[in-house]
Amino acid sequence: MNRIRAVARRELNAYFDSPIAYVFLTVFFVAALFTFFNINAFFSRGVADLRGLFDSIPFLMVLLVPALTMRLWAEETRQGTFEMLVTLPARDRELVLGKFLASWGLLAIGLALTLILPFTVSFMGDLDWGPVIGGYVGALLLGAAYLAVGQFVSATTENQILAFILAMVVCFVLYGIGVDAFTNLLPDRTAALFRSLGTGSRFESIARGVIDLRDLAYYASISGFFLAASVATLKIRRWA
Amino acid sequence: MIEVRELRKNYGETQALKGVSFSIRQGEVVGLLGPNGAGKTTAMKILVGYLLAASGSARVDGLEVAEHPLEVQARIGYLPENAPSYHDMLAQDYLGFMAQMRGLDASRARTRIGTVAEECAIVRVLTRPISQLSKGYRQRVGLAAALLHDPPILILDEPTTGLDPNQIVEVRDLIRRMGRTKTVILSTHILPEVEASCDRAVILIDGQKRADGALGDLTRSHVQVVTVQVDDSAAAGAALGNLPGVSRVEEEPDADGFTRFRLHLDGDAPIGEHAAELVRGHGWKLRELRRDDRSLEQVFHELTETTGARA
Repeated sequence: MNRIRAVARRELNAYFDSPIAYVFLTVFFVAALFTFFNINAFFSRGVADLRGLFDSIPFLMVLLVPALTMRLWAEETRQGTFEMLVTLPARDRELVLGKFLASWGLLAIGLALTLILPFTVSFMGDLDWGPVIGGYVGALLLGAAYLAVGQFVSATTENQILAFILAMVVCFVLYGIGVDAFTNLLPDRTAALFRSLGTGSRFESIARGVIDLRDLAYYASISGFFLAASVATLKIRRWA
Repeated sequence: MIEVRELRKNYGETQALKGVSFSIRQGEVVGLLGPNGAGKTTAMKILVGYLLAASGSARVDGLEVAEHPLEVQARIGYLPENAPSYHDMLAQDYLGFMAQMRGLDASRARTRIGTVAEECAIVRVLTRPISQLSKGYRQRVGLAAALLHDPPILILDEPTTGLDPNQIVEVRDLIRRMGRTKTVILSTHILPEVEASCDRAVILIDGQKRADGALGDLTRSHVQVVTVQVDDSAAAGAALGNLPGVSRVEEEPDADGFTRFRLHLDGDAPIGEHAAELVRGHGWKLRELRRDDRSLEQVFHELTETTGARA
């Protein structure tokens, strides 16, 4: 437990010691404002909700979350600290979990900054908080899934750029398989299956304020799977 | 304390270790010596639980490393080659992080960081980012981190590569001091390193152990040199050849009418006093009476040659 905390704290400090944290938070915030006001035309729709933000979050995160995970293991490998870290008397899963929590924490800070939107909206009109809370919980879980994917990818390379791009590709595939533009091409039954596997399509119901245990379980199992894959990767790297 | 039996390890087609065995007792300072690519680093990485051996056993305090990695790692302070550390951290923050990872509580961490910083002479640079430190300081910060939990065993991979001569002396002194209370294994391809720091050398060449012994034993040759001034060098050579344990005598002229005899011995038994007696009995003038020690370089060279010199 202490070791998980130590790793998480070190990683969080490393984020804020480098430009990554500030760039991520700024870009995330600006992009959230932009999608809220422009793309989804908050003012012209005249409805006091956050649909604009939540509709774009699954895709926004595909682009931004890999920036948080690209260095997690790739940088350790590059500067040789990987060997030092895994020969400490710590379990691999403690290391993976510590890094995961740090990245999740930074993502949570990014989401928290956008809370200014629902509060502003609630002054302007009658905001239904149910979908907002659902949306934020969903966004945290969706982000966790992407972060787990990103950490796994980072564990397989020492090249941060590669880790960034690969994580984006994998996250995009997870997102893309559930998008209407893709599922419309498929026969109905297959389409339903893919929609149920897409990270974005799952998110839609959550953003409507319907928190279904199956949706939570879906995100949790993606996160769990890729975190376990990260642990396995650390082990496999040492047999080589 | 450390038992390695028939250790084998392959990297793809390459056999890095071809059945290496050695054991190290508590308190020994042992140098793993060999050319680059001989398997020193691989052997160390297996001992610290970073790599898994293909076969064979590595035990620390009776614990099989592959089965009890955490217990073994808790007993070991390990400094990988080039002393990797987080360059974006302050030296003291790095040590603080390592102390937490070692499970030291806050107050013990503080005292231990103070102690190891003192021991490794890095107090002055504790508040500086590691990225700004010289290679010598980075090495010592790494060593300090390896010492935090006061481990009974230290494993150091090439602890002095890339350091300037002053820094090398400092790090060697440090290792010497550590060696008084700890079991130390260090690897190097620099021979004076072993002579300066170690009680014993294990020589690995091409994945195999080629020699293992106290430095004195490894470097002791079986040649006694006697340089004297005699009228009849043949008779003197014959007399020296009759000394106990001498199998063969070579003679070569030295300056000023002196002759140097090289007595090849059967064993390790000292022969100096017998030779001295003989010289005194005949009233020869003596210039030189010494055991012709081989340098580790020579030992090393001979071993490498017989393996079929690999670049």
